Amino acid sequence: MSEHAEHVPGLAHHFVSMEQQKEAGTVGMWVFLVTELMFFGGLFLVYTIFRSTYPLGFEYGSFLLNMPLGLTNTIVLILSSLTMAMGVHSAQTNKQGALQMYLIVTLLLCLVFLGIKTVEYRSKLHDHLFPAYTTYNPAIKEAEPNNHHAVPQALKSEVRTFLWIYFLMTGLHAFHMIVGAGMLVGLIWMARKGKFNDVYNSPIEIGGLYWHFVDIVWIFLFPLLYLSGYHLNVGH
Amino acid sequence: MSAHSEHHVVPVKVYLAIFGALMVGTALTVFVAQFNFGVLNVLIALTVACIKATLVILFFMHVAYSSRLTKVVIGAGIFWFAILIFMTITDYRVRQDWHVGLGSLEKPAAEQPAAPQPSGSGH
Amino acid sequence: MEIAAQPAETQEESVNYLNVNHTVKSWLLTLDHKRIGILYLLSISLFFLIGGIYASLIRLELVTPRGDLLTPEMYNRVFTMHGVIMIFFFLIPSIPATLGNFLLPLMLGAKDVAFPRLNLLSWYIFIIGGAMMMYTLVSGGIDTGWTFYPPYSSIYSNSQVTLAGVSIFITGFSSILTGLNFMVTIHTMRAPGLTWFRMPLFLWGMYSTSLIQILGTPVIAITVLALAFERTLQIGIFDPKLGGDPVLFQHMFWFYSHPAVYIMVIPGMGVISEIIASMTRKAIFGYHFVAFSSLAIAVFGFLVWGHHMFTSSQSMYQGLVFSLITYAVAIPSAIKTFNWVATIYKGSVSYDTPMIYALAFLGLFTIGGMTGLFLAAMGLDIHLHDTYFVVAHFHYVMVGGQIIAYLGGLHFWWPKMTGRMYSEIWGRISAVIIFLGFNLTFFPQFVLGYLGMPRRYHAYVPEFQTLHVLSSAGASILALGFLMPGIYLTASLFFGKKAEANPWQAYGLEWQTASPPPLENFTYDPVVTHEAYDFDSVKEIQEAREKVAVTA
Repeated sequence: MSEHAEHVPGLAHHFVSMEQQKEAGTVGMWVFLVTELMFFGGLFLVYTIFRSTYPLGFEYGSFLLNMPLGLTNTIVLILSSLTMAMGVHSAQTNKQGALQMYLIVTLLLCLVFLGIKTVEYRSKLHDHLFPAYTTYNPAIKEAEPNNHHAVPQALKSEVRTFLWIYFLMTGLHAFHMIVGAGMLVGLIWMARKGKFNDVYNSPIEIGGLYWHFVDIVWIFLFPLLYLSGYHLNVGH
Repeated sequence: MSAHSEHHVVPVKVYLAIFGALMVGTALTVFVAQFNFGVLNVLIALTVACIKATLVILFFMHVAYSSRLTKVVIGAGIFWFAILIFMTITDYRVRQDWHVGLGSLEKPAAEQPAAPQPSGSGH
Repeated sequence: MEIAAQPAETQEESVNYLNVNHTVKSWLLTLDHKRIGILYLLSISLFFLIGGIYASLIRLELVTPRGDLLTPEMYNRVFTMHGVIMIFFFLIPSIPATLGNFLLPLMLGAKDVAFPRLNLLSWYIFIIGGAMMMYTLVSGGIDTGWTFYPPYSSIYSNSQVTLAGVSIFITGFSSILTGLNFMVTIHTMRAPGLTWFRMPLFLWGMYSTSLIQILGTPVIAITVLALAFERTLQIGIFDPKLGGDPVLFQHMFWFYSHPAVYIMVIPGMGVISEIIASMTRKAIFGYHFVAFSSLAIAVFGFLVWGHHMFTSSQSMYQGLVFSLITYAVAIPSAIKTFNWVATIYKGSVSYDTPMIYALAFLGLFTIGGMTGLFLAAMGLDIHLHDTYFVVAHFHYVMVGGQIIAYLGGLHFWWPKMTGRMYSEIWGRISAVIIFLGFNLTFFPQFVLGYLGMPRRYHAYVPEFQTLHVLSSAGASILALGFLMPGIYLTASLFFGKKAEANPWQAYGLEWQTASPPPLENFTYDPVVTHEAYDFDSVKEIQEAREKVAVTA
């Protein structure tokens, strides 16, 4: 049983068959994603508790974020999920050129997302909205009634809590994007060497699972962070 | 570990349809967020997000075609996440002195305490 | 078990995982689960020694009512470092990462765990986290107690909280990787014929443990990370002055740290099942119940964390719910205990060293578990909260349960791991010394706690001195008991007689290969044909295997 298995390329020595290896890889990735869910879960718990404690602070805080940029990033990320899925499809149907193309497009979309995120972070820093003790100094609404970035005095501290949660959650998400970008570079490199085909493609598939998970996190982050105060904007 | 789950290739059409649905979902969330429905805003946003996430999991991540084991793993993850959120939030909701809750969304800013107050300040 | 295919070399000239090569590099870069298990064994023994030194300092300080050995600040650091090192660097990795790593693929009839590279990575992560903790220790230590409660830890403490937090964050990933590896391996790499209900109960224990490691550890990781941010940047999640909520920290902390208690004790229960079955030569009474009770403990263990928070500002209605579920967790633990006792009943019991540990476990774990019920009662807990009663309770579970089981398991599988037999007489003597020393150390603490001695105090009223001196005397006996296995087990490596493949005539795939096992665990492809603990078949299986080996 183990003898003929030795000759299959891509099969590690301690597995009996390709199927076993693939099943182990997929289940392993899913188990890892479950730990990721619990990891983000702690922050979602923090969000839930503080949102229900400081509802107005969260609305005003959300109002300070740049909704169009957040929306753009949502679309970019969902698009990248599609291209990743198409990459898996190309590998499964043994289309080498398409596989490389889709992986590269996914990587580019990832970089676009991170670029937009950087722009957002910089503007928060510029408006003194980064919530560290030394940097947080938002404009106060009573003093500057027409300032778009102004915060009511009574909510200053609550908005700060919101901004912390915003930076923690999006920062952790962006960290996962950066790890994903590194993973994509590796996959592109392997794909260029022609390692993947319709028999052996589990790295692409498992990498895809990770990528989609990062997308799912953002699907929740976008409405929770960017949209909870959006109606205040329309009132202007 | 049956062979059919091994080589299942999802047609491109399905991927495109899911992508379309995700875009529609995003548009819907943004559209609804313009109005102030109070608590309903969060509920609608989360419902749409859950549907979107389910679509991604089932089709982009191939769970609709995966082994039962994968489904159990995901179910367990979601269940434990629910334990974490539910058991903690019930503590906050049934504390006698914890009056600042979801129901106070409509309260004007003036009624909010000026200084931030710890929610778990005890008796 | 039968032989499905061709055997390779004969037993005499056997190349095994220990003698295949001897370079340091071959150990540090090994992907072999057996060697990684040994690496873990060496590292956690070091941490156990360090944690033990701190424990001795605590007991020495408490000999006299006045704090005259250590300053109060120093005492705070000493008991905190004792707790942190023992919990995160010894108890949690102890059975899963050493015995588990070594035995899990062997018991499954697999060549290795599913992800050998991740397995090695987990050890390196553990070492990095451990090195950071060592640095924390020499650069001032921490004084918050192992629970890191804010706002003390986030604002007022003048010690290395951030560093310790990051160290625990890192170490958590080593635990997650071990759990992930085990879970996937059990799911996908069982030998043909090894159905779920033929698995040894140790594997059910490892599976339940992995479940907790996977689902709980990420939450503590994010919690200590948030605490580190809180301390460095004042983010205001836990600090009431900035609008945060310290009780939220307690919720997040105990969501992991209560189930972590079961990470420590469920593997111990698995070990005890194996030892009792082999030493009484009977199948475990009510196999299915024992198997499922492990899972039940893992699941219910996640629903009880609030019983650590009865005296915080947690809602008392929620407290009632937590209290009720805590009582429910006692049921699966009791099922296990009763079934073990029923297994021993009318068995042909041999009182070898592992069995003495197993019997000690039964008694001590029962006391530890029963006193847990006292603490689960909300009213009584108000009186007992933060007293030595709690200290005694969790030491009965952690030391009397987990460490006793760990030592029992170490003795049971030592011949398999090293290929050598240890001195049986010294084994029995030290097991008895540990049992006596342990009880003398911790039983007086129940009384102390009930009389009102608070935990974490470095001075106390003179009335308590007698009990404290008894406890310290017991601790010195216990320390002697713990040193002895270190000596005679090491000596057995050089002077011990060579172990046979199956010295206990036990049932199980790990006994159906050479001691120590060859590189890829088996020289044949194992197939399982009998139910678990079918001791009547051991001889028959062995003979069948030898026959095939000879004909080849």
